[in-house]
Amino acid sequence: MKKLVSLVCAVALCLSLLPQRGALAAGEVVNVYNWFDYMDEEVYDLFEQETGIHVNKMYFTTNEEMMLQVRVSPGAYDLVIPSDYCVERMITEGMIQKLNFDNIPNFENVIPSLQTPDYDPEHEYCVPFMWGTLGILYDTTKVEEEVDSWSILWDEKYAENIIMLASMRDTMGLALKYLGYSMNTHDVLELKAATDLLIAQKPLAKAYYVDETKDKMAAGDAALAVMWSGDALYAMDLNENLDYVVPKEGSNIWIDPMVIPSTAKNKENAEKLINFLCRPDIAQRNCEYIWYSSPNAAAIELMGEDYTENATINPPQDVIDRCEFFHDLPENVLKLYNTFWDQVKNAR
Amino acid sequence: MKIIKRFYVGLILFFLYIPIVVLIVQSFNAGKSRAKWEGFSLHWYEELFRDPNIVNSLIVTLSIALLAALFSTIIGTLAAIGIHAMRKKPQQLMLTLNNIPMTMPDIVTGISLMLLFIFTQVERGYFTMLLAHITFDIPYVILSVMPKLKQMNKHSYEAALDLGATPSYALTHVILPEVMPGVITGALLAFTLSLDDFTISYFTTSPLVQNLSTLIYSQARKGIKPTMNALSAIMFVALLALLLLVNKRSSKQEN
Amino acid sequence: MTDFQVPLWGYVLMGIGFAAFLTLLILYVRKNRGFKRPIFASPYVLWIIVFTVIPCLLVAYFSFTDPAGNFTLDNFKNFWDSNYNTRKAMDPEMLSQYEAMGLTLDDLGLGRDSINIDTLVFSLWMAFLCTAVCLLLGYPAAHIMADREFKLGPTLVILFIVPMWMNFLLRTIALMSLMEDGGLINSVLEWLGIGRQKLLNNVPAVQVGMIYNFLPFMVFPIYNVLNKMDYKLSEAAMDLGCDKWHTFYKVTLPLSVPGIVSGITMVFMPAVTTFYISRLLGGGKVQLFGDLIEAKFLSTSLNEWNVGSALSLVMMILILLSLGLLNKVDPDSEGGGMV
Repeated sequence: MKKLVSLVCAVALCLSLLPQRGALAAGEVVNVYNWFDYMDEEVYDLFEQETGIHVNKMYFTTNEEMMLQVRVSPGAYDLVIPSDYCVERMITEGMIQKLNFDNIPNFENVIPSLQTPDYDPEHEYCVPFMWGTLGILYDTTKVEEEVDSWSILWDEKYAENIIMLASMRDTMGLALKYLGYSMNTHDVLELKAATDLLIAQKPLAKAYYVDETKDKMAAGDAALAVMWSGDALYAMDLNENLDYVVPKEGSNIWIDPMVIPSTAKNKENAEKLINFLCRPDIAQRNCEYIWYSSPNAAAIELMGEDYTENATINPPQDVIDRCEFFHDLPENVLKLYNTFWDQVKNAR
Repeated sequence: MKIIKRFYVGLILFFLYIPIVVLIVQSFNAGKSRAKWEGFSLHWYEELFRDPNIVNSLIVTLSIALLAALFSTIIGTLAAIGIHAMRKKPQQLMLTLNNIPMTMPDIVTGISLMLLFIFTQVERGYFTMLLAHITFDIPYVILSVMPKLKQMNKHSYEAALDLGATPSYALTHVILPEVMPGVITGALLAFTLSLDDFTISYFTTSPLVQNLSTLIYSQARKGIKPTMNALSAIMFVALLALLLLVNKRSSKQEN
Repeated sequence: MTDFQVPLWGYVLMGIGFAAFLTLLILYVRKNRGFKRPIFASPYVLWIIVFTVIPCLLVAYFSFTDPAGNFTLDNFKNFWDSNYNTRKAMDPEMLSQYEAMGLTLDDLGLGRDSINIDTLVFSLWMAFLCTAVCLLLGYPAAHIMADREFKLGPTLVILFIVPMWMNFLLRTIALMSLMEDGGLINSVLEWLGIGRQKLLNNVPAVQVGMIYNFLPFMVFPIYNVLNKMDYKLSEAAMDLGCDKWHTFYKVTLPLSVPGIVSGITMVFMPAVTTFYISRLLGGGKVQLFGDLIEAKFLSTSLNEWNVGSALSLVMMILILLSLGLLNKVDPDSEGGGMV
């Protein structure tokens, strides 16, 4: 009996040491906090082969979750890939630190116009990772008319055949854009109007998802879905009946940056990883895996026509012109957005 | 009448098991589709073991369950012995206190522990998850050991002391053997509870350390991968075996 | 509130508490001249204080403070009126501008809204429904299996227990897979000519999920009690002239109450507080109280922990009340329970 107990103890203690493997790795590590399915993980393996730095991967599903986790777990993350509208807030709250661009020479490969976005005009804090738009993915076998406006999401013909996006800024944003307002408005009346619209639409929605949408659309589960361009491309690859459009009322254009938290323990390793990701061949490889729009000019050159001829991944200028970037909102306005979003979520 | 009764129970069992059976059958489906059968294959089982996330989380789950069972059994058994020997009033108090972790909804336990760790600035991860598991396991151990203590002769311990035994000797050679069946049941109970826990683990761990349940949850929100089916099949069989084992033990005890 | 510093008085208090505990321990040992058995419970006492009592106190602390640490009842006011905090945080100048335009708070969408209360009531109702259905379906099943003449009974009970111990999530996912548009149920319906239905992402789907998850927890305690019941009592009743129905109603049923109470406890409470069932089967369209609380802690960008703690406190109080009520019905807790 005692022997059994001591054996169990021994096994348990051995097992318990294993999960720490990542954290206590003999060599260097870098802790990356990213969206699900937003990186070709073989790239991490290549990185480790070349530099000996092991990559610990952690995932989040929404920006809100990410912001919270970064706040309450100081030191846990070295490289984070948030959405652009979070960066302003992260800068003002001192959550991220300036990068040492001497360690990131490959930064020159980034498309010049994307090197200095609104939220980081002196390019001190971020390096763009991927960019894209928000739009509607639709199944041409189920939707016979031309799709060019957000209004189709309110069309009764497609009741229970529409997948909405469970992301606060994006969904509130599309309703605001549909009404002709800015996605960054502080005006309560405009927000209320958007909320009312979304609540009216809820019975037509099949579900509110984030990650599940692309597989569901690829499987032909719904007629219309609100999606980011990259997810749309993934689904279109799997199902040739799908098409993507950025509605005429305008939408959101986003650049997901790579940033380093102020409390990061492995800053240099993170910078090395950023530099690695900006290398033309790596950026190309990553882009071809994730299939989102790449900010890396050299990588685009390597990809050639496959990339440049694709209107979804490489939108024409008029599409870009009618899109807005998200900006950060002051706390009491953010509360407003959150409250209205709660009203939408809880409407039955 | 009898037939109707049998049929009724059979029907309910049927509904309980259909999803599980379908899942297990699907795990052998060579294709990804949920409705079409594309041939028998062990492909998803291979994928399962090759997926580092799943293997890691399995290790986390098993090790936490083992360690939590171990520590909670030790603390719980000692506690049960102590509580059993208390006078009525303190005993009532302790038993009521003991009820609290069991009756608190998982979500509140998880949140309150999360707040504790944040407040004391302890970084959430493997260690905090383990502490949380031990916390909710102990009451069940106590509940398993107490009945055995009640069955024990009230005076054995003191008799042993009178005969010259030291307290620790009396503990290990008089009390422990008597309550051992309860201790083992408690340990198994704690192990099974920890194996299965989701809500409490969800709040008390970090994104890097995932146990099986939290991994499944985060992946399920993306869409069910066929490897999940293979996982379910394995877990189901393992659980069945474990339960048959526990059942054999308890029927042996009763005889 | 972004930086949690344990205040100095916190450390001092902890130190004093620990020292006091040790002193009491030593005094107790000395007074009783050596090891008295109750001492064995001391590690557990310490554990329960640190990991159960203090966290509960923390939840209470957060419910009554605002992010800056000041005492406030705002969080409970927010429970009553879910727009309260947002309204309070609004720029008063802006508000007066809107007022000047002749708009009321309701026009702005900031009037009193009862999301929190509505969701709580909804969750209570769902849980009640689930418990009732489980009772209606489960009692007969338990009764049939506990019948002494049913030889297969004990074996079948094990079959009931197995899903109980299987991972909740996997079971829910299994159900999800069945109910999907492309899943088995819809395929059968199509084959039968009824056509595919939208089975998921609505309230009935979540209800089915709850019943599916919790039914075994109702069956097991009732079975336990019925199994241990002295069958001679019902035999005696029948010998004395009672027919089957009356025997059941006057003898079996009252004696099985502890099991029923146990079953209700084990179903109702998790049913009220669940959040993953609604997440997985509700597709984001069904929000239960558990979802609300989870969102406040893990899904919003702001620190809504104070409000979340207040909601959790309300939930805890509700649960305690219902348990207290149930206790009155079954004070000795003879119910089958999990063990």
